[in-house]
Amino acid sequence: MGIKKTYEEINERIKKGEAVVVTAEEIIPMVEEQGIKEVAKKVDVVTTGTFGPMCSSGVFLNFGHGDPPIKMAKIWLNDVPAYGGIAAVDAYLGATELSERNGESYGGAHVIEDLVRGKRVYLKAYGKRTDCYPNKEVEGYIDLESINEAILFNPRNAYQNYAAATNSTDRTLYTYMGVLLPKFGNATYSTSGQLSPLLNDPEYRTIGVGTSIFFGGARGYVAWYGTQHKSKVERNELGVPIGAAGTLSLIGNLKEMNPEYLRAAVFHRYGVSLFVGVGIPIPILDEEMVRFTSVRDRDIYTVLLDYGVPSRNRPVIAKVNYEELKSGEIRVNGRRIPTAPLSSIYKAREIAQKLKEWIQRGEFLLTPPVEPLPKDKTVNPLTFREEG
Amino acid sequence: MKRVRYILEFPPESSGKPLTYHLVKDYDLKVNILRGVITAGKEGKLLIELEADEENIDKGIRFLEEQGVTLKPLSQQISVELDRCVHCGACTAVCFSGALSLDRNEWKLVFDPEKCVACELCVSACPLQLINVAFNNRA
Repeated sequence: MGIKKTYEEINERIKKGEAVVVTAEEIIPMVEEQGIKEVAKKVDVVTTGTFGPMCSSGVFLNFGHGDPPIKMAKIWLNDVPAYGGIAAVDAYLGATELSERNGESYGGAHVIEDLVRGKRVYLKAYGKRTDCYPNKEVEGYIDLESINEAILFNPRNAYQNYAAATNSTDRTLYTYMGVLLPKFGNATYSTSGQLSPLLNDPEYRTIGVGTSIFFGGARGYVAWYGTQHKSKVERNELGVPIGAAGTLSLIGNLKEMNPEYLRAAVFHRYGVSLFVGVGIPIPILDEEMVRFTSVRDRDIYTVLLDYGVPSRNRPVIAKVNYEELKSGEIRVNGRRIPTAPLSSIYKAREIAQKLKEWIQRGEFLLTPPVEPLPKDKTVNPLTFREEG
Repeated sequence: MKRVRYILEFPPESSGKPLTYHLVKDYDLKVNILRGVITAGKEGKLLIELEADEENIDKGIRFLEEQGVTLKPLSQQISVELDRCVHCGACTAVCFSGALSLDRNEWKLVFDPEKCVACELCVSACPLQLINVAFNNRA
């Protein structure tokens, strides 16, 4: 019989300050030196981390009622439109929404960062006069403290692997994968690889709906599987997907978050996005979880896509692993291509370390998922139906 | 031997003079022209690397200044706000000169202004808009 541990046992050890917690990088040499069995006995929790631009992010806000009250329909925050088609003073501000005045250089992500930094943000709202909401228009400064709720609710974060990007054409491409130089001048990738949450639990054994996580510097939760969650994909012998796969929908209290782990980003000639810091603790329930969490960059492969082809089905130029990508250069068909990340390994490490400390101090307990992530989900392309 | 990079700003009246020739011939400077922008009838800008012993570099600089050329050390014309950087690495994707690179142990951004050629590609590549290069007045 192999080692078996339960969430309850691990949490008891965390509460007593006895839990052994290591990061997803630290476990690798441990397994190499001591073997899977020994490490499964010793280690209780492995922490992961990622800090990358995640466009599918945004915040639900409740501003509080003025007097006379208004049913806000059209809403702007620092000239960035927010969605007002929900209850009177509720809104959703998306990270990629652009300022109507400052175009590409300021957007929803900047408003979110400004709020977290404690800055004042200018709210302007119009609504239709009704018997219960007599006011038609309000404006003035608000901040994170003055409003009722600010719930960061990101429909798709923490991609389990993602395709790397390059450019075969003669012109520079400005993309969400960064600036891609002509004629295979560079290649970019976006993952924390061996530190990445879903790459350390490739078959979603412990990460599911309800899992508590490090989210933007605060405690948050996995709310659901993320949009475009694609679990029925090609995987290697370790169960690790090759290319884009699972995703997570995450929720947390913006009021508790830290601007160190939420940063607005501008991708030139593409638009605005939000760097989101996510860390997920993985309980070592048995030896299989040690095998999963000791995954190395060289075991994780992705596809290199040509962004020069303007199609949903971009051609695959090569299959590469993250050890190669992280070395700063890959070789494809005899050609040298310099590589660069878009997701900060430095910050990912910081997040995994911070989460480790929270758990070691007994401040953060693990929650078993209340529902697993779907295992055989595919993604549909946009499909138009006949009318009627 | 010393190696330094300067941005030279030429006033319109000196743009017709063969100044680089004098630097090589009279002061024995090794001149490497890395980038040049000339606006007809207005002004010119040149990014050069000078290599020679210190004394000759100083003499060459004095000569250029006498000709009405303004010299600015390149390192003072570029700013990377490293204290606000998240070390994502996006800028390193476009930095073919190797001035911006990631330390592969710490995964922190390293900036070496002496390798910079003021191409300005990093200015638009930085998602946090932390890089400024004062060369073409568009930064």
